[in-house]
Formats: sequence, C-alpha cells, structure tokens
Amino acid sequence: MATHAEIETELAPGSALDRAISERIDMLFERKLEAKLAEINAARTPSMTIIATKGTLDWAYPPFILASTGAALGWDVSIFFTFYGLELLKKDLRKMKVSPLGNPAMPMKMPMGPKWFKSIQWNIPNAVQSLIPAYEAFATKMMKKTIKNQGVAPIADLRALCIEAGVNLIACQMTVDLFGYKHSQFIPDVKEYVGAASFLPMAREADVSLFI
Amino acid sequence: MQFDKELDARGLSCPLPILKTKKALNDLTSGQVLKVVSTDPGSVKDMQAFASQTGNPLLSSAEENKDYVFYLKKK
Repeated sequence: MATHAEIETELAPGSALDRAISERIDMLFERKLEAKLAEINAARTPSMTIIATKGTLDWAYPPFILASTGAALGWDVSIFFTFYGLELLKKDLRKMKVSPLGNPAMPMKMPMGPKWFKSIQWNIPNAVQSLIPAYEAFATKMMKKTIKNQGVAPIADLRALCIEAGVNLIACQMTVDLFGYKHSQFIPDVKEYVGAASFLPMAREADVSLFI
Repeated sequence: MQFDKELDARGLSCPLPILKTKKALNDLTSGQVLKVVSTDPGSVKDMQAFASQTGNPLLSSAEENKDYVFYLKKK
C-alpha cells in the first residue's frame, strides 16, 4: 500500500500523473463547455432593438417591417421612436406623407394606365416641384396607390401586426416635450415614455440593434 | 402532400406572407402540416430562413404555375 508521502510525490506538480490529470480535465472541460454553451444559446431568445427616427410614409416601413418579421421569427423586439419617428405612433396615420422634393432616389412613376405609361420616369426638377400646389399630396396619393397595387401592407396594418406580435413600442419623452406633443395624441399601446438612458441598456443586451 | 390547413398569401408582399404563416402555425398543433401559397418571389428564400430560425421544418418548397407552394410542419 502506498504511503502518504509516496502519493504526494506521484501527484507533485509537473509529475507524469499530475500532467495526465491536468490534460484530462482540460479535455473534459472543453467538451462540457461547448455542450453547455450550445444549450444556453438554444434556450435564449434572440432580441432586437430599433431606433426609428423618420416620420414620412416611405421611412415608416423599415422599422415596422423588420420589427414584425423579427417577432414572427420568435425574437424579442423593441422600437424606440425619437424625433420624427414619433409620427409613427400617432393615433391617426393618414396624415403621413412622402415628399419627392429633394429626394432624387425616389422613382416617380404612375401607378395606373397601360404598361408603357407606368414605366415612364417623371423627372421633375425641384424648382418646379416646389411651385406646384399640393404636389406632395399628389405624390403621396400615387405612392399609396402603388403600395396597394403591389400588395404591400398599409402602415396602420403593419403597426397593428407589430402590436399583436408583442413588439415593445417605446417613445422618447424628450422629443414629446420638444415638439409640444401630448401623450393623448399617441396610441395607447406605447409601453413607456423614456429617455436615452433607459433605451441604451436594452440595446446593449440586444443581438441586433438598428438605427433607421 | 397531406396538409391540415391552407394559407392563401397570393398577392401579398414582404413581410406579410411570413407574418401570416407565423399566425397560421399558431393555430396548429405539433406535427400538423401547413400549406402556404404565395406569389412573392422573395418568399422562397424567406420561408427557408423562417423555417430554420423558428425550427418548424420546411417539408417542401416548389413553384407551380407562377405560385410558390410551401409545406411547413409545426414543431
């Protein structure tokens, strides 16, 4: 039978047995860690935070499309609405417009008529656009018609889908004060009115964070 | 292929086919099959991504006269 002293010599740091045990532990640890990490990853829900800063009809789409899709994928999604993005939380979305003025990337095509007519690109100079009365209202009407023709959801519908899917709608209180808005102008589904200090810690934890 | 529910998503654009698919799957029980018909060409890749992200297997994805037909199994 081995004495205490003999066992201690065999297990002494740097001895063959000590190295073998150490190697074995390292190997087991790595294998366990991998399995554990995979388990943790599979169990956790991905999350996304979006900052919505724009309030025109065209820019209303990206936040709501991404948020509703994220929710459909089973993610936790929050949108922080700040500056003009607050428009997207208003009870009445019908006033939302799109302006072709100073927006050279916007295709200017008619949503009705024969194919050759629909394919015409109407290049109207800014100076002319600015002089035509109700030009923005007309462009908005055409855009809404195009959206409908293409089977793209109206903003109000996409927003309702987001709410139904549990997307957190968060409004920037500072902008509400800055623009002189009242909470009663916004839909009751706004979860909270907070500042940057409340939003940033959420974004820090998120897997995806987007500024729109 | 046998299916338990059919979703007609024809004429709808991104992301509506996916959102409606998610909703339709909620009404099914585990193992049941949902058939989705769409006309949005983007939905072919999107449906694959949706299936792999949510863990509901995409049993088949095919084009039948201008329609895209998907069969998803609820996990």
